[in-house]
Amino acid sequence: MSSASTSSMPLASTGASLCRTLSVQRLKEGLIRTGLFACAGVSILTTFGIVAVLFSNAVYDLSPASTSVNGQVQHNAAFFQQVSIREFVTETRWTPQFSEKHFGILPLVCGTLLVSGIAALIGIPIGLCSAIYLSEYSSPRIRAIIKPVLEVLAGIPTVVYGYFALVFVTPYVLRPFFHDLLGFDVSLFNAASAGIVVGVMIIPMISSLSEDVLRSVPRSLREAAYALGSTRFDVSTRVVVPAALSGIIASFLLAIARAMGETMAVTIAAGQMANVTANPFHSVATMTSYIVNVSLGDTEIGSIEEKSIYAVGLTLFLITLSMNIVSQFVLRRFREVYQ
Amino acid sequence: MNSSPDTMTRTAIDQLEGYSMNAGRSDSAATRGHHVSAVVPAVRPVVTATSSSRLEQTVKFQTKSLDFFYGDNQVLFNVSLDVPEKSVTALIGPSGCGKSTFLRTLNRMNDIIEGTRHTGDVLLEGTDVYAPQIDVVLLRKRVGMVFQKSTPFPKSIFDNVAYGPRVAGLKNRLRLAGIVEESLKRAALWDEVKDRLNKSAMALSGGQQQRLCIARTLATNPDVILMDEPASALDPASTARVEDLIFELKQNYTIVIVTHNMQQAARVSQQTAFFFQGELVETGDTRRLFTNPTQKQTEDYITGRFG
Repeated sequence: MSSASTSSMPLASTGASLCRTLSVQRLKEGLIRTGLFACAGVSILTTFGIVAVLFSNAVYDLSPASTSVNGQVQHNAAFFQQVSIREFVTETRWTPQFSEKHFGILPLVCGTLLVSGIAALIGIPIGLCSAIYLSEYSSPRIRAIIKPVLEVLAGIPTVVYGYFALVFVTPYVLRPFFHDLLGFDVSLFNAASAGIVVGVMIIPMISSLSEDVLRSVPRSLREAAYALGSTRFDVSTRVVVPAALSGIIASFLLAIARAMGETMAVTIAAGQMANVTANPFHSVATMTSYIVNVSLGDTEIGSIEEKSIYAVGLTLFLITLSMNIVSQFVLRRFREVYQ
Repeated sequence: MNSSPDTMTRTAIDQLEGYSMNAGRSDSAATRGHHVSAVVPAVRPVVTATSSSRLEQTVKFQTKSLDFFYGDNQVLFNVSLDVPEKSVTALIGPSGCGKSTFLRTLNRMNDIIEGTRHTGDVLLEGTDVYAPQIDVVLLRKRVGMVFQKSTPFPKSIFDNVAYGPRVAGLKNRLRLAGIVEESLKRAALWDEVKDRLNKSAMALSGGQQQRLCIARTLATNPDVILMDEPASALDPASTARVEDLIFELKQNYTIVIVTHNMQQAARVSQQTAFFFQGELVETGDTRRLFTNPTQKQTEDYITGRFG
């Protein structure tokens, strides 16, 4: 038994085998593993599918039936095979549905930025303040009431928000104040009402994400600050918020990305005028509302109008993707802060 | 069970109430304090000789029949302890005996925890710190605290030390710089960090971080420093530095230290209080308590028979 061993000590032996055997247990484990992987794979496949469709329709047509022959552009060539990127980026008119067609993305980007800018102006301060309140000030009892209410806010269908903007915010909030009192010209469809309701929509997102990062700031830091004679406000603003700052900024970026992608409420409330404007009381078209509008109308499949929505979709996708990447980057830095 | 009552500083002005009666938040009073410390570089007048006789000493902190509860769970039972001024009082006892809780009642840190309550009195120079007119923010400025785990804020070294004075409303950069330098010198950290005050405090070693936390506490200009196992997470060399520091600081500050390390208690303290299961079993002169304990439980604990 111990003959192979170099040491003088004999090897212990219980006789129990450590070799692999094929058993029902092992088979079951394998099946579970495969099933779970398949579920995770669905979202990856979907993402790849979306990117492929966007790319194929916007950048370069991948389907074998259509190629550009002798400089003659075929009917269903991709958007950027028909329109130059230079025009797309520099042109200031967006009129794919008119007889004189111009394809400048600027008015749509401008509309999107205006609406999401107003949304950020509303949602970020309120969201952050409610996060600070929930994390630093509220008693557990009050927190148990406010958190579910905020979640209800997140659960309201966006179409409801859209009509709320159209039939309440514009006539009863914006017009009495800005038109009757201050003399601005407030259109029925306007960027401000859409921005306000989108801002309300992103409050739950900002407050719950920010609250998570605020609460993850170690209790010991708060105690140290209190022990130095801080008021609750000092502790919140000088210690907890700075310590959680990158996480908070990440939540802002995610919320703004969400505001940019918001479709239904904006389509209903903001109108369809693709203008380069900074006036919040004018009607604007955003990237998302343009996509809805074209896809709902009687646009011919394969036409340049139809292809244009993929180009717009790709632009929006790239903007929100880069914001997500930036927020991931910021969040990762945040993890290194205390340890 | 109690130490004999010492002479109290009855004549001391009730500063806490005086502060809170000052209008306009704490800024006026606190900045005035720093005016003084800016003119006179020493944060506190230096006492040259430590008084050895206990009769000459005055009582800084006094608790009378203190009971303390977390919810329905009582953790302190009828604790009456006198803490003499400008000396080190060590609180020893096994884990969960209530010594940290006791320490945290002195600057009302337990207020932060939901569902805590107490009965009995905690007197700072004769004033009940739990009285309704007491401003807890001012109390904590006078009664600083250093924790077991060093807790530097994720800010620069300078901003860490300047935190307390800034919270108190001091904005003058020059005066802040003076306080930061003075506090770091008193915490024996200045020479190690003077060239990198604007670097993150998180980059310091554990021992340096703990001394930074002590400097940060000194910067608020306290009378009393509470230390909750300040060296338990440090290596022996850093521990020795912190102990030296405590020895220096006791000339000017009243120090109450919680420690698991009985050698440490014996080295740094003049008075020791032994807690067991929420009760103050024995208190007295450190040398006497360690050489000649009157209670059986104390003797068992310090000889290592339990705990």
